[in-house]
Formats: sequence, structure tokens, C-alpha cells
Amino acid sequence: MKIYVTFDFNITRNAILVEQLEKLGVQYSINNGAREIHFSEKLTEEDELALAASLKKYGIKIIDDQKTELVQRIKDTITAMLKDDEAYLYKVSAYLATKLDYSYAYLSNLFSENTYTSIENFVILKKVDYVKELITTTDLTLTEIAYRLNYSSVAHLSGQFKKVTGLTPSAFLKIIEKRKTVDSNNL
Amino acid sequence: MTINNLNVLLADDDEDDRWLFEQALSDIKIKSNLSLYKNGKELMDYLKNMTRKPHLIFLDLNMPVKNGMECLKEIRQDDNLKDIPIAIYSTSSSEKDIENTFINGANIYINKPNNFAALKKVVEKVLQLNWQYQTSNLNKENFLFRI
Repeated sequence: MKIYVTFDFNITRNAILVEQLEKLGVQYSINNGAREIHFSEKLTEEDELALAASLKKYGIKIIDDQKTELVQRIKDTITAMLKDDEAYLYKVSAYLATKLDYSYAYLSNLFSENTYTSIENFVILKKVDYVKELITTTDLTLTEIAYRLNYSSVAHLSGQFKKVTGLTPSAFLKIIEKRKTVDSNNL
Repeated sequence: MTINNLNVLLADDDEDDRWLFEQALSDIKIKSNLSLYKNGKELMDYLKNMTRKPHLIFLDLNMPVKNGMECLKEIRQDDNLKDIPIAIYSTSSSEKDIENTFINGANIYINKPNNFAALKKVVEKVLQLNWQYQTSNLNKENFLFRI
């Protein structure tokens, strides 16, 4: 024999949440379309871990906190921006504000409060990290890399690289190449 | 990813330098727990039995018993330890020394500053950088800075 089933997602979701939350034995309320759960008191660390583990089985994930989440989205958007061919048309501030739908002032403050650096400095660090990757893993020349990453000139790229890392791009590459020889000698 | 306190280790045989470093570290915004070692052997003995993996090790080069270069090589050849970021913290400004530490796996090379304000600035910069490498999607293979 065969039976057919149908789900009401809202009921399923709430039933799972209620079932798991009841196990904790604390007062709670489910709010905001089941996106937020409020507890009358702070959960112990064990309870929180146990809850996270039991919800995970149903594909429900606890987001650490909203700020951490948004900081992560800012970082991801910056990463995507460096690889986006159209991104040079925008300023970083406009790009982030458009993609994330928050004012840049808000994003910028939130980022600085949570990461010990500014968005501007993080973009530079990330950009230099990308340059390092292109230098070591591709045959692109510095001129090509400068063009690809929208530096106004090779001098500008080299200057920023030196300022951030304390090394010239060629000194950096030399070290990475020599490291490979050391590593292979140690094997 | 969040980290509350960075676990920082310093191996330096000079007592004054250890004290100054401790003051500098406690003065900056990034919170950390610091453990101090008088030479490379003390550091390596700790690392072999560690219970909590450090987020960053500062290594002086010229130390008695076991020097910084020996520690660096041992750490990079140990599967449990090889991914710990290492900042060399030395008075040597010989290009040869600097290049050698990088080739053997150092992530940061710091010339010991000669005044406290500069030291504080340098330590803060290194911790900031390390924090970014611990919490962001940056390529750790290319974690290489001279400060």
C-alpha cells in the first residue's frame, strides 16, 4: 500500500521548536515568524549547546548573534566585490550599502566595534591578500594584476603592498618560492 | 567566528623586555592572556604539553639554551603546532636573518622598537592583523608581514 502526505511548514516548524524547547524546562516565547525565540532567563552553556545540537538534526541553525552575522555578511560582500567586474563603478561605501540595505554609517560603526579594524582597512588587507594569491598562483604580471584589481598604476599597487606588508611584491614572491624548497627538503 | 581573548605567548630571555611587552599588551584594546617564557626550551616544553592552543607566539631570536630560530623550525615541523602564527620579535635588522625566519615559516617580523609608545603601536598592529587572520577568510599561507 502507499499513502500520500502533505506538510504545513509553519505547523511543522513550530511543533519541532516547541518539542525541543520544552525539554529545557525554561519559559520561552516564539516570535517574529519563528525567527526569534525569547527566554525568560539566560540559558546555561550546556543547555544552549544541547539545544543547538538537537535543532541541527532538523536543519535549524542558531545564529550566534545578529551583529556577528552582519559583520560576516560585510566581509563576504567585500570578498565578492573584489571579484566583481562591475564593482569598480561603485565606491566601497555605496556598494556595501546597496548590497546589504543598511546605511554605510551604520555598517561602518558596527564593523569597527566588532573587528578592531575599519571597513577601509579591511578592504585594503583583503585586496593585498588577493594580490598575494594572484602573484603566487598565476602567471599574471603585476601590470595585469593592477589592471584587474583597478589600481591606477603598478606603482600604486606596489606602494600599497609595501605599506601594508612591509615587503615589496617581488621580495614576497621570493620568500614564498624559497619556502617551497625548504618544505620539500623537510619531507 | 568570535574570539574573546587572544592567547598570546612570548619567549624572550631579557627580563626588561618581557616586562615592557606585558605592559604594552595590557594597554591595548584587544583583550589577551599572556604567558611568558625565559628561553626557547621553556616555550617548547610548554607547547609539547599544552592544554590550550595559543593564537599567536612572539619569539625572540637570540636566547640561551634554545634560540628562536630552533623553536621556529621545531614548531613548523610539528603537526600539532605548525599552524600557530609566529611573530619574530628581535633586535636584529640583518636582511639575512629576516629572510631566513620568513623562509622557515615566520608570519611576522618585528624589529624591537626602542621606545614604549612605538612598542605599543607595533604590538597592537600585530594583534589586529592576527585577529583578522583568525576570524576572516584570508589565505594563511600568505600570512607574511614585516613591521
